[in-house]
Amino acid sequence: MSKYRMQILVCTGTSCSAKENEDLYDNLCLETEAFALENEIKVVKTGCFGLCGSGPIVKIMPGEVIYTNVTPGDAAEIVTEHVLKGRPVERLLCREEHTGRILATEQEVARHRKQLRIVLRNCGIIDPENIEEAIAAGAYEALGKVLTEMTPEGAIKIIRDSGLRGRGGGGFPTGLKWEIASRNKSDEKYVVCNADEGDPGAFMDRSVLEGDPHAVLEAMAVCGYCIGAATGLIYIRAEYPLAVARLITAINQAREYGLLGKNIMGTGFSFDIEIRYGAGAFVCGEETALIHSMEGLRGEPTVKPPFPAESGFRGKPSNVNNVETFACISPIILKGAEWFSNIGTEKSKGTKVFALAGKINNVGLIEVPMGTTLREVIYEIGGGIRNGKKFKAAQTGGPSGGCLTEKHLDIPIDFDNLLAAGSMMGSGGLIVMDEDDCMVSVAKFFLEFTVEESCGKCAPCRIGNKRLHELLEHITNGKGTMADLERLKNMSLVIKDTSLCGLGQSSPNPVLSTLENFRDEYEAHVMAKKCPAGQCRSLMEYFIIEANCVGCTACARVCPVNAISGERKEPHVINQEICIKCGACKEKCKFDAIIIQ
Amino acid sequence: METIKSPADLRKLREEILERANRKENGTKQKVRIRVHSGTSGLASGAKDIYEFLVHELGKRNIDAVVIKTGDMGYCFAEPTIEVTLPGQQPFVFGYVDRVKADEIIEKYIKNGELTEGILPVNYQTI
Repeated sequence: MSKYRMQILVCTGTSCSAKENEDLYDNLCLETEAFALENEIKVVKTGCFGLCGSGPIVKIMPGEVIYTNVTPGDAAEIVTEHVLKGRPVERLLCREEHTGRILATEQEVARHRKQLRIVLRNCGIIDPENIEEAIAAGAYEALGKVLTEMTPEGAIKIIRDSGLRGRGGGGFPTGLKWEIASRNKSDEKYVVCNADEGDPGAFMDRSVLEGDPHAVLEAMAVCGYCIGAATGLIYIRAEYPLAVARLITAINQAREYGLLGKNIMGTGFSFDIEIRYGAGAFVCGEETALIHSMEGLRGEPTVKPPFPAESGFRGKPSNVNNVETFACISPIILKGAEWFSNIGTEKSKGTKVFALAGKINNVGLIEVPMGTTLREVIYEIGGGIRNGKKFKAAQTGGPSGGCLTEKHLDIPIDFDNLLAAGSMMGSGGLIVMDEDDCMVSVAKFFLEFTVEESCGKCAPCRIGNKRLHELLEHITNGKGTMADLERLKNMSLVIKDTSLCGLGQSSPNPVLSTLENFRDEYEAHVMAKKCPAGQCRSLMEYFIIEANCVGCTACARVCPVNAISGERKEPHVINQEICIKCGACKEKCKFDAIIIQ
Repeated sequence: METIKSPADLRKLREEILERANRKENGTKQKVRIRVHSGTSGLASGAKDIYEFLVHELGKRNIDAVVIKTGDMGYCFAEPTIEVTLPGQQPFVFGYVDRVKADEIIEKYIKNGELTEGILPVNYQTI
């Protein structure tokens, strides 16, 4: 079929040593040309194979032979042995780490990949607007199994034993949540799906709803059977129009096929799902605020207890779970609690989807078993820091979390380790920052977000966060004092202790964690009035180095406020009083005469 | 559509769907299958245009293919991405697809089985 007899794939992803990979690619091309094989053999550059750590990788098709740890010097042997004589180069074959056994098949190699897709199993694979594709991929099989072969108690036990914890942020055991909701007696109960994903830079729930909506619908029906509810509600933000449209299509198709609605699969169990729209308020991700918003009230939280499991939507027992949590349910039912609990760490089971954002090469979604380290996530799967810069910090948990630094790179990521490190799992946003990011500004950015999103019900959050933000503004403007740093810390602790809901209780976390990990940066802003990363405009000063300036007047002509003066062919000077620090002069200068201090 | 009345019905339907898909694959007219990853991040980078381009061009060039829209795989850095499965072969995901790239994929890979740059190899395991 192909006009080429053989094709050689070389990974030139950014993950491994990019330079070596390029050399390897060049060498393979040269070798094939040396034997005049360029019309028979094609060498192709590809992205990452996910076997990082053993890169560079070479894959030969047909035959699907995978070579690992290939150096540019190995090119000749691959061509003379494998390509010409058809003998695989044994010493380069993919081997098991401890035993040294050769991994021959694709499946065996696959087990060594860092990513494991459970939640994202069907995303990008099936057509989300065609229920038959979902059914072909196994959707609703778990629901059938639960309805005909299990009691509600039995199904809840499986979820409990699996060790699944809520993926929305807090990490509360899902099985226990279901059990509590099932024990509360009531004529009506509700299953609520929290799809109000609000963290800046997080979009895993959106992707699941857009790529595999039936996974969520099925799991909600399973939950309905377990806790004794006949109605499910999906609370989704109206900013996700595509996810909403696909959900509506999926719900209608499921009804048409008899997989939602009355008497599902002839078992007598009835369950239907409705959609409730949110207006995109961050606080509505908090379950009590979410329920109020669904009832048509203001999206404001109330004190717990009573928990929604006792008194939720319309005062009835309600079980609220996040999209990603629901997406884990069917595989657990089908493959068993033990299978799931064998993945992950001691107290955090299964996988977690992360949305990689910020200064990282491979921006996007990844799914890894709990216990994967930050280093593996950033440097191997994420392809490292953009432009070869130095890693500074990663923010997990969005505006409610904290930052992890270089010293945290090797801790296994799970719920408890992140808490111990002063951050939190949150919904899975992971924003990577490099040496050019100012951590005081980062804290200010997240606080700006919480100030904006605070519902205003309780004073610590409404007033406290505003004052915190003012202090940070002060510091980044070079007006801070050492006493301000103490004030920042004390106020943060008070806000944490006294706020009504999770939003306020966690909003000072970015401040506390940057203060803890990057105190020197705060001190530089306060004492030396300098921003080490060169981000805080008020603290920057542009200078002309006399020795480098040839007096070409280019800078003076481009300056929008006429702050630069000097005679032609004489060194120029910048008047700091007038300068607005726009940087136009630095960009224009061809002699590197303008520097930032 | 008759509703599903029991888990056995569901299994039967599933087998029927799979069989139908296989019959297509094994029949005399084998089809190329293309998935255009059309979630929000795919669409934001132009997946809709690529979908229309593929449907239009494949028809024009007389290539019997099924083109479907799916969600995203998470390769946001390389969107738009498409997955191409030639009859009887393993699928390949191509990233950074624009009209030029899509044309290259049709001419080189779909017509001649020649791989092009921009392949995103499977980098995960699944269940």
